[in-house]
Amino acid sequence: MKFGILVNEGPYTHQASDSAYYFAAAALRAGHEIVRVFFYHDGVNNGTRLGVPPQDDRNISARWAELAKDNDVELILCVAAAQRRGMLDADEARRAGKDADNMAPGFQISGLGQLIDAGIQADRLIVFGD
Amino acid sequence: MPVLHIVNKSPYDRNSLDTCLRLARADAAILLIEDGIYAAQKNAAASDKVQHALGKHPIYALQPDLQARGINPDNMIEGISLVDYDGFVKLTTEYDKLQSWL
Amino acid sequence: MASKRFLYINRKAPHGTVYALESLEVVLIGAAFEQDVSLAFIDDGVYQLMRNQDTTAIGSKNFSPTYKALGDYDVSKIYVEQESLETRGLSKDDLMPLTYEDEDDDWAEKDSIHIVSGAELAEIIEQQDVILNF
Repeated sequence: MKFGILVNEGPYTHQASDSAYYFAAAALRAGHEIVRVFFYHDGVNNGTRLGVPPQDDRNISARWAELAKDNDVELILCVAAAQRRGMLDADEARRAGKDADNMAPGFQISGLGQLIDAGIQADRLIVFGD
Repeated sequence: MPVLHIVNKSPYDRNSLDTCLRLARADAAILLIEDGIYAAQKNAAASDKVQHALGKHPIYALQPDLQARGINPDNMIEGISLVDYDGFVKLTTEYDKLQSWL
Repeated sequence: MASKRFLYINRKAPHGTVYALESLEVVLIGAAFEQDVSLAFIDDGVYQLMRNQDTTAIGSKNFSPTYKALGDYDVSKIYVEQESLETRGLSKDDLMPLTYEDEDDDWAEKDSIHIVSGAELAEIIEQQDVILNF
């Protein structure tokens, strides 16, 4: 079965991203396909590569990136939500005249249309949030 | 076709469970995750309505979230089924609409 | 590909958090995909449709007039739960009038807002393919 996943909250403050991650891992384990994980609202903050969690805590961004790499899963940050919150890839940073970008490898920035498309492509769309 | 309702908030903090119970049809199932699992505890203020809902809907609770919060399965309302993440995925394949009460 | 039925469920009040605004942005983008779109306003979500919202003094964007444009985006099925209104001491008159022009009826202006009971809304939820919550 094909799944789309929407994550509406950032890492660490809410459990949403953790729940979505464990759901995604279990779905892949069961042989399902994940067409896309779409990060919206503060969920875009899951895509930072600048987080430095303590050694004894999980690294949420790195964990997503690894899951995506191993299973060829798209991790998409909503461009409008990301720009508002200062989540920029190298292209966006250049375009906006900023001196740095902060997006982790494995994540991509794209439009809200990708969320609708995930709803169209997937057999199930599941939402994690607050 | 039946809906899987997912509730992730404590019934003592938000009205998500109340709204879910108001709008869940007879063929729907309910899955408690994250802080939603507090609704599974017996001898509590929300127990009666959950008990009543069990007469109409299968109710599941996510075991890893229960365990994380120190809720002993013995203190759970009888009739609620525990699932792990594999069981969570399986439920989402068995019910064809997913409604998360954020 | 056949179109799917999308339902956007709004249960959060506007302004206190960003969810209502960013949900509306999804609806507007989603309208271009020519899917079957419905919106439901439940619980504090009904406050999104209040008349006379003015955010001048809190410095945030007043996006409430955008709801009135939904009809132009072919989003004309807007369901508001009766019980959620009653709980909050509100009636339809407290909400902004939202309308659309019905192309199948000589572009007659029609009401987009349908006040529905919990039972009716439960049935609407059941008829969907994709349910988005913000």
